[in-house]
Amino acid sequence: MTEPNAPLVRLQNITKRFVKSLDLTTKLINLVGGNYREEVVQAVDDVSFTIGEGEVVGLVGESGCGKSTIGRMVAGILEPTAGAIQYRGEDLLSLPKAKRRSVSLKSQMIFQDPFASLNPRMRVRDIIGEAPVAHKIVSSDELDDYLDEVMNLCGLEPGFKRRYAHQFSGGQRQRIGIARALAVKPDFLICDEAVAALDVSIQAQILNLFMDLRKELGLTYLLISHDLGVVEHLSDRVVIMYLGRLVEVATAEDLFRDPNHPYTKALLEEVPRIDNRRRNFAPVKGEIPSPIDPPSGCYFHPRCPHATERCKTEAPVLKEIGPGRLSACHLNDATG
Amino acid sequence: MAATLSVENLNTTFFTKAGEVKAVDGVSFEVDKGKILGLVGESGSGKTVTGFSILGLVDPPGRIVNGRILFGGEDLVQLSEESMRHIRGKRISTVFQDPMMTLNPVLRIDTQMIEALLAHEKMTGDAARQRARDALGQVGIPSPDERLKAYPHQFSGGMRQRVAIAIALLHRPELIIADEPTTALDVTIQAQILFEVQALCRESNTAMIWITHDLSVVAGLADDICVMYAGRLVETGTVDGVLDNPLHPYTRGLIGSVPSRNTRGRPLNQIPGMTPSMLSLPKGCAFRTRCAVADGACEEQPEITAPIDGRGVRCFHPHMDNPQ
Repeated sequence: MTEPNAPLVRLQNITKRFVKSLDLTTKLINLVGGNYREEVVQAVDDVSFTIGEGEVVGLVGESGCGKSTIGRMVAGILEPTAGAIQYRGEDLLSLPKAKRRSVSLKSQMIFQDPFASLNPRMRVRDIIGEAPVAHKIVSSDELDDYLDEVMNLCGLEPGFKRRYAHQFSGGQRQRIGIARALAVKPDFLICDEAVAALDVSIQAQILNLFMDLRKELGLTYLLISHDLGVVEHLSDRVVIMYLGRLVEVATAEDLFRDPNHPYTKALLEEVPRIDNRRRNFAPVKGEIPSPIDPPSGCYFHPRCPHATERCKTEAPVLKEIGPGRLSACHLNDATG
Repeated sequence: MAATLSVENLNTTFFTKAGEVKAVDGVSFEVDKGKILGLVGESGSGKTVTGFSILGLVDPPGRIVNGRILFGGEDLVQLSEESMRHIRGKRISTVFQDPMMTLNPVLRIDTQMIEALLAHEKMTGDAARQRARDALGQVGIPSPDERLKAYPHQFSGGMRQRVAIAIALLHRPELIIADEPTTALDVTIQAQILFEVQALCRESNTAMIWITHDLSVVAGLADDICVMYAGRLVETGTVDGVLDNPLHPYTRGLIGSVPSRNTRGRPLNQIPGMTPSMLSLPKGCAFRTRCAVADGACEEQPEITAPIDGRGVRCFHPHMDNPQ
């Protein structure tokens, strides 16, 4: 793995805040002594990591942990509130607009819901073919042959070009979504829960397709998922998030063999596995806290079985605990 | 001792404009007291319609055309809607995938729970409130007194599902039908719910049908498994039997499709093709067109047989080279 030498994407101290501003009524009420405040959600809090050329990085977390927000920022759909995103060493956010467009084109996103992410009024040829023509990757004369090529690559029958998205099953629709992303010749795919909505047997087909494409086209992936089985299967490295912060970064091998952070451990223990029979479930207690009102100190401390006084007041920083391994937990200090 | 629920040759058909859809086709199984049966299948396999048929909730154009559903000595198929109302929600209750659909968004939790109690039992309002409170405590909701006065939107997804389970438990039912109840939840929350459900079934000896597409959830929870494909049972048996030694090519394919520790980086064992439309099933074995071992014999419909003790498989060529 070429990881530290040539990162394709580097996230530096990325923060994203969503602010719900006051409307006119609440502002008026505040004038006469009301006490409304702006609601701020810190969706992503000072996150840094890199994605190497040709690497598959899994980004794992539960709902509200900010994993999709990161995906959207990397894809250029959202702008971070603070921090920098570098693509092949170029700072995306400070590039002039036109240049930025062409750089962003190299990162494409595949969405979770193949029903919502395809325009029902467009034919497959337009869904896949619109972008490459607009970006002058192919001329409209050559489009037909180009479509055949892309569709074959994704396991779609090119004869179905004139059909509408609703005429396809969920798995085929997801293939259309992948073909649409590949049609602009990206180097980097961001898959946001791309197989979560599919049946198991179809999910396996799509995962195999991802692996084939990686081999054939040398693609780099950011695989956003809550499904540790999927992530373990495909990823080289895994990034675990909890409530907007990174808690652990490690190679897939290390992470699944010897998880360090208590949250990672809990996640791994609680994933139902096919070879775990009639087990006694012993879940971590408590809810995932709301990102509007996160706990003090380490965000995981109210649910953590090892939490100490220090965890309640001081947020742990992400520290190196081994070669290429990072974890944000005070316990690592105690054990040396 | 008779099983809590015994389904015999159930056939539920939808008579649509496009043709007849045999959503459930000759399904038979039993659930015993205190046991959890995992009903596994992909979308469109008929697992949900099976659950709805037991509850008597199949709406036109669908109809149970054949079969018996024996519950406490009665055949639910023959019961009038009025008698069914006395059973549904009281002796058989249900938990659905989306708790927002089960709960009325404009009513407080206590209103909904007390209503469910008074619908089946004569009791004072105070006694009902007490029962509702206890049920919330039972499923692990902290400070149940205050939470009773909350509205569904004030709960998180996991908490809402707990409320739905608490409502299902109110009348101490003999059977609970749970249709993908943890699919929409996060991993740690799913584990909490599975933990509660498992404990509750063991304590109160309730029988349970757990409908899901996720083999790994069933592996940790259920005692027995029924695998459905295109409206038919293709394989039945104990959890260990089915998962360690799957006989039907479809079950083998499903297990092979689950990414796990052993398959890291290698291609998954995918099942080719896709689930056929229920309107145009292949003749004979419905899995024939996606199956690696299918041959001419499979153009006939195979019957479900029992090649090994307690196991049933609907296949002419069951996988037999692993006699353990």
